[in-house]
Amino acid sequence: MPDRYAGRTMMMQGNQACAEGAMAAGCRFFAGYPITPSSEIAEWLALRFPEVGGKFIQMEDEIGAMGAVIGASLTGVKAMTATSGPGFSLKQENIGYAAMAEVPCVVVDVQRGGPSTGMPTLPSQMDVQQARWGAHGDHGVIALTASSAQETFEQTIRAFNLAETYMMPVLLLLDEIVGHTTERIVIPDWDTVERIDRKQPEVPPDEYLPYRCPEGLIPVLANFGTGYRYNITGLCHNETGFPTNNKQENESLVIRLTEKIVAHRNEIIRLKRMMLDDADIVIFAYGTVARSARQAVMECREQGIKAGLLEATVLWPFPTEEVYALAGSVNAFVVPELNLGQMAREVELAVRCAAPVHRLNRVDGDPITPLQILDAVKEVV
Amino acid sequence: MFDYLTYVREGNFPHIWCSGCGHGIVLKSFIRAIDKLGIHRDEAVMVSGIGCSSRTAGYVDINTLHTTHGRAIAFATGVKFANPKLHVIVVTGDGDATAIGGNHYIHAARRNIDLTVLIYNNYIYGMTGGQVSPTTPRGARASTSPFGNIEPPFNISGLASAAGASFVARGDVYHAQKLEKLITQAIQKKGFSVVEVLSPCPTAYGRRNRMASPVTLMEWLRDNCIPVKKYEKMSEEERSGKIRTGVLIDIEKPEFTEEYRKLVDSMQVRG
Repeated sequence: MPDRYAGRTMMMQGNQACAEGAMAAGCRFFAGYPITPSSEIAEWLALRFPEVGGKFIQMEDEIGAMGAVIGASLTGVKAMTATSGPGFSLKQENIGYAAMAEVPCVVVDVQRGGPSTGMPTLPSQMDVQQARWGAHGDHGVIALTASSAQETFEQTIRAFNLAETYMMPVLLLLDEIVGHTTERIVIPDWDTVERIDRKQPEVPPDEYLPYRCPEGLIPVLANFGTGYRYNITGLCHNETGFPTNNKQENESLVIRLTEKIVAHRNEIIRLKRMMLDDADIVIFAYGTVARSARQAVMECREQGIKAGLLEATVLWPFPTEEVYALAGSVNAFVVPELNLGQMAREVELAVRCAAPVHRLNRVDGDPITPLQILDAVKEVV
Repeated sequence: MFDYLTYVREGNFPHIWCSGCGHGIVLKSFIRAIDKLGIHRDEAVMVSGIGCSSRTAGYVDINTLHTTHGRAIAFATGVKFANPKLHVIVVTGDGDATAIGGNHYIHAARRNIDLTVLIYNNYIYGMTGGQVSPTTPRGARASTSPFGNIEPPFNISGLASAAGASFVARGDVYHAQKLEKLITQAIQKKGFSVVEVLSPCPTAYGRRNRMASPVTLMEWLRDNCIPVKKYEKMSEEERSGKIRTGVLIDIEKPEFTEEYRKLVDSMQVRG
């Protein structure tokens, strides 16, 4: 029986679109903890999961929710949690565990103003560097973002596909505006959605080594209960999955956890390019702010300013080379963000002084408007 | 003779535990219990946290998940809820389960999810070198209570009972055959089941508290662990300093994964 929303056009909040995207991607496990402005994701799945045999649990805290998601994923089910800034901080230890043990899962952070309890009902983009460096230790990170309900639906599906492909936690950074804005969304038939499922071992149990990585950098973890008995740990381990004190094994694991993202960056990174061919000024934006930036580009063009937009829908790995490729032919970059310049730092690093990078920051809880971006561009010109 | 080797990962021995540690006795009791119950190794999952106790997972040839400090019960909740057919056993310690993991412990008990939790209680943080734990007795010395512990201890079993667990037992490593029976009963019970196991730590606890010899610690368990039935007949005076062992709670109540399954079934019947 087809799902009751599949194939329909709906009016939905970004948070609900995220939940629907997860279901369309095949997610059937959610563990969470209430926190504004992400709670609608949990509420929607509490309502919807029983219809499709999915499992929903409200845990006792954010840490427990992240742990339950990892445990569920190891049985082979696609699993997700959702939170906001303070909860994202609490989840970091177990996000690091999922990175280390290479357990696929999706973590949604509907960003609100910080630090600390901050501005629970107002948007921000203050968690973008926490997404990269929040869990201790070196490891690669994949973090996606979205600027509308429709894009949230699609990016949630992509988050699951990337998690299953690269065997790791994938982060989806939304913000309060995207999460709470109700807008039109087209939900496709689930059969037409591209779904990637994690690989399972092709060797018999007695030849199986969980972290051997048959194709180079990505392990194949057998689902618990399928006859492949092995060990998973957050300690440095070798290809058997057991802890090791061997220096070479420690080193090769830590390097591989970063390298598996570096080596596949071209397949992971996605950018939207708007009027960049003849641009003198490049606006680099993402998430909610990219919507204002699109409008700002149109206004600039009407006023004869050659501005273009480079919109990142993947924040990590950062599109360093793509940004650098533009640096030689433009006069300046403008980076509007709902933080004090967290991704502008990355743009500066990428540009390597080949062009000036101007920041436009807002941290009062209001969105950045097209007019503000237009003014910032004019100032640069 | 019973063949333990069927159930262990021989390549991972010798184990990391100190001489005189009780944890190996818990491991063997657990192995005998799952053998007796005829649980297939592919269908059993051991989830552990951090500490000496939690290293048990590395030695048992079943599905094993060595997690973060205090979080074993949360990970185990995910495993069990996602696949209720699996037998999920949590192995944890007094610090892991009742300090950093205390919240997961009481809520899993309240939820009454079908997990079996073995808590190795050695009154100390052994792996980190002997710091005071939530079960260190008042007055006992630890590296972070060098003048004697001024805090009262938790009653691990009492905590689970009060929070709603459907099966709670206390055993000790001196009475190993009884321990095996308690673990067997706990695994068989549908619902949140706890076995608190008194397992001495001569290295980090005993040496600081005039019980450096493992034999002394074993004798202490022999003399002070009193079966429930006998304990009930003792006077207040006789009970002083004694520890009640055996099945403390065994009640029937709705189990979480079962309740969720019923919910899903009712939705699908309704269409």
